Amino acid sequence: MARAHSVQRKTATTVACWLVGLVIFFPILWMAITSFKTELEAVNIPPSFLAFDWTIENYEIVQERSNYLRFVGNSILLAVGSTLVGLLFAIPAAWAMAFAPGKRTKDLLLWMLSTKMMPPVGALIPIYLLFRDFGLLDSRGGLIAVLFLLNLPILIWMLFTYFKEIPGEILEAARMDGATLWREIVYVLTPMAIPGIASTVLLNIILAWNEAFWTLNLTTSDAAPLTVFIASYSSPEGLFWAKLSAASTLAIAPILVLGWFSQKQLVRGLTFGAVK
Amino acid sequence: MATRQTRLLAHAATAPSTLVLFLWMIVPLAMTIWFSLLRYSLLDPGNESFIGLLNYEYFLTDPAFFTAMFNTLKLVGGVLLISVVGGTLLALLLDQPFWGRGIVRLMVIAPFFVMPTVSALIWKNLLMHPVQGLFAWIASIFGLQPIDWFAEAPLTAIVLIVAWQWLPFATLILLTAIQSLDEEQKEAAEMDGTPPLPFFFYIVLPHLARPITVVILIETIFLLNVFAEILVTTGGGPGNLTTNIPFLVYAQALLQFDVGGASAGGIVAVVLANIVAFFLVRMIGRNLEA
Repeated sequence: MARAHSVQRKTATTVACWLVGLVIFFPILWMAITSFKTELEAVNIPPSFLAFDWTIENYEIVQERSNYLRFVGNSILLAVGSTLVGLLFAIPAAWAMAFAPGKRTKDLLLWMLSTKMMPPVGALIPIYLLFRDFGLLDSRGGLIAVLFLLNLPILIWMLFTYFKEIPGEILEAARMDGATLWREIVYVLTPMAIPGIASTVLLNIILAWNEAFWTLNLTTSDAAPLTVFIASYSSPEGLFWAKLSAASTLAIAPILVLGWFSQKQLVRGLTFGAVK
Repeated sequence: MATRQTRLLAHAATAPSTLVLFLWMIVPLAMTIWFSLLRYSLLDPGNESFIGLLNYEYFLTDPAFFTAMFNTLKLVGGVLLISVVGGTLLALLLDQPFWGRGIVRLMVIAPFFVMPTVSALIWKNLLMHPVQGLFAWIASIFGLQPIDWFAEAPLTAIVLIVAWQWLPFATLILLTAIQSLDEEQKEAAEMDGTPPLPFFFYIVLPHLARPITVVILIETIFLLNVFAEILVTTGGGPGNLTTNIPFLVYAQALLQFDVGGASAGGIVAVVLANIVAFFLVRMIGRNLEA
């Protein structure tokens, strides 16, 4: 071992890294702690870090007063719905690009990615007016469509990079045995690609869950997901820190867990493969 | 060998995605361009009239536009500076061997998964509140005057919040890149007794040049569109001190109902983003061939 490090050095690095990690993580930790305080305790100075009467009343009140679960339901529906619709479109497209590439496949792929780079304000006004005229404002269906289109390029791109890693000979063998395209995709490709598809789905759900431009502009109550619900705490009369913290903790907890599982895919998905 | 039939199937398989993405891109864009040439107010429906480039003239000569432009540049520049420099240093630190790597890594990456409205409100209230916030309390311990972030330095406050969200992204990507640095190269440098600074500047930094560029380009595309953080903390204010281009367009369209003017602003935003996207797409394309 040429790079053997002394124990002292490793200890010092450990202390430094943990300090940095805790500082960066602190706002989330502080939010979680505050969610178990009473409103009075939450704004108390000097703040108490652990020695206070822990309570879960905020979680109960948030649900009672605002029907919190409806927003959770909307978030789940929008994230999962847009991802499933996306898969329906993206799997065949990624299959074709990976296994039957033509001369223009690369250009097509890059063009698809470039649609992701279009700033939403460039489309906000027409989409808003179209939604208004077709009665889609504050509808789950309309928002699922927008989130689906928003993330379709990333879905296709990620699936493409995963499919590329599957040896083409296997598909050819299936084709020789007379498998139809449908069978080829369902029985041969999909099982082999399950890990890749799973990570793609994970990242897509995270992106859709946290999307906060279209959800804020196109929904008010019926179809509003958690991003919009939390935003309602920005009004001065809504400033209840403990309840804000409780609602926020619940809103980010599931996605934090999913996110931790998908760190590697995050690099791959969000850099479009430019960093491996 | 792809047969004729496969080729047809391949076209059929890509067509739906291509079609919906094409519509998603071209329909709103064409409509925005068309609206930007009209006098079109939501308060005066049915009375749209063609006025050529007048909206652009108004938008581009409006002092609010320049403020928004500068705010956008400061926001993007500030967050990039913090996240890229901080991300590089953090990545170097976290690349060292230490106990509890997995957990620390999770803590560092966590802010990236927090939805924008949550991080903005938690920072604004729990941390940055001038009286009851944690920062104010820390300042008072050291006998300092607490900063009233959203009154004295509103844009800086937003830069800090957004930087907290994007620092983990830069760190994660640069850490991934550093870890792909050839182990033998590291060992060779070590055996030659290369001191840390030259090792960083001559070996690590050149290796990181590409990933850093990618981080800058991708973050720029997202940072040009920062919206929710501004909406829930300052609403663009005080005055227009924290209004960036997306927020200006939003305010003009949905708060002042000036569709024509806002559309012109939207097109300006598209042009800005395209300049960045051009370079990013070229980099991705080059990588696709390798």
